[in-house]
Amino acid sequence: MPWVLTVPAALALVFLLLPLAGLLVRAPWSTMGERLAEPRVLEALRLSLVTATLATAFCLLLGVPLAWVLARGDVPGRRLVRALVTVPLVLPPVVGGVALLLVLGRNGPVGRLLYEVSGFSLPFTTAAVVVAEAFVALPFLVISVEGALKTVDPRFEEAAATLGASRLRVFTRVTLPMVAPGVVAGAVLCWARALGEFGATITFAGNFPGRTQTMPLAVYLALETDPEAAIVLSLVLLAVSVGVLAGLRGRWAGAS
Amino acid sequence: MKPIRTASAVLALLLALTACGAGAKGGTDAKTGGKTVTVFAAASLTGVFTRLGQDFEAAHPGTRVVFNFGSSATLAQQIVQGAPADVFAAASPATMKTVTDASLAGTPVTFARNRLQIAFPKDNPAHVDALKDLADPKVKVALCAAQVPCGAAAAKALGAAGLKVTPVTYEQDVKATLTKVELGEVDAALVYRTDVLAAAGKVGGLDFPEAATAINDYPIAALSAAPSGAQAGRFVELVLSPRGRDVLAGAGFDVP
Repeated sequence: MPWVLTVPAALALVFLLLPLAGLLVRAPWSTMGERLAEPRVLEALRLSLVTATLATAFCLLLGVPLAWVLARGDVPGRRLVRALVTVPLVLPPVVGGVALLLVLGRNGPVGRLLYEVSGFSLPFTTAAVVVAEAFVALPFLVISVEGALKTVDPRFEEAAATLGASRLRVFTRVTLPMVAPGVVAGAVLCWARALGEFGATITFAGNFPGRTQTMPLAVYLALETDPEAAIVLSLVLLAVSVGVLAGLRGRWAGAS
Repeated sequence: MKPIRTASAVLALLLALTACGAGAKGGTDAKTGGKTVTVFAAASLTGVFTRLGQDFEAAHPGTRVVFNFGSSATLAQQIVQGAPADVFAAASPATMKTVTDASLAGTPVTFARNRLQIAFPKDNPAHVDALKDLADPKVKVALCAAQVPCGAAAAKALGAAGLKVTPVTYEQDVKATLTKVELGEVDAALVYRTDVLAAAGKVGGLDFPEAATAINDYPIAALSAAPSGAQAGRFVELVLSPRGRDVLAGAGFDVP
């Protein structure tokens, strides 16, 4: 192996793992048990897992069709649409949260309509957490599914079409199975991003234990007064996410 | 030849990076030849200290005042971790204690006090006119999280009034709490009088008697390892001077 590649690769690995090692070194191992047993930790963890999963489901439902349109559809201004889809990637999440608040809040154009019709206001609810996470995570799914779609040889789809399959049938029976690994990879990225979401969530959904306080929010607030508690919470989030991602990798994304 | 060229490019990059790290902060500013005074101050002091910083620069030609405004607890952590600060002005004695306990500062002086007010959107949609209105379940309330000084003060004042208020959100700092009021997403919040005054025209404010039980003291201290030396003390003197008291009082602080 050429050292020009291996040395930077090793540096990259150290760069990524050193901060994690720092967490492990500073963790208050002696009091770990009692800190983990606090009901608020489990409450935040459960909320994080539930909302990240719901956000991923929401992204799959809307994101896969969007990726298909971007890769295959014959829409004008496709390049512009693609650029717009990536905006949430570069937008600071807090700005995303403010934007959501301005549109979906009870004084926003959409939110007001909803509020006047149903008396329901989205901010400060668990649903708002899911919306904030999905807003930030959706581009990850769309981009990876679109990339996968582009590598599929269109002749398979054409063959199915010449045999009489409708476009929808081609999509569900030919295209989707072929891009399944890309969809899984996108969903995993999307889930991981949703799980770690902080800025948009605290801005749009607020912070209330059991309802909108996810793990990253709990970590941030713990850091204000009790850095050790923040480290414990971070480690829990880290362990759970690594566990889930490793499990998924083995099961669906194939051994690599 | 090729690997060598790449290697030297990598080396040049690394050198450039280390140079950045070394030259970032220090007592003297190489560009002007003057001194830099770095002030770490609570976010609620942003307006007042920016003005006093301009005064200081005018009185000491060649000296630059640089601010790091943020949550007092975060700033205290940064100082303990070795951030190169000259002066620390905190929004609570507890956060200042983090720094004095580490023997990083002289004896702090209380230079201002802040009291809570009820803030509401300027059209006051929920007709809030007393503290007890916040306990009404129909009134959406935002409070600061208990971990930050304004949250601790709010809990104390509500406790003194014998009220049990369930907010829709515990915000991460006082500015985020006020933003929720400005956007009309909550009907009321407990924030500092100075914050209401700074947002005059966008939010309304209401004094309440129990605020007297939760007055927030603001301590200031020059740090022992101040890179700017005596200039740090001079900035503290300016804050304590009649001019400093005027500016503080004008922004709504009680001046001792």
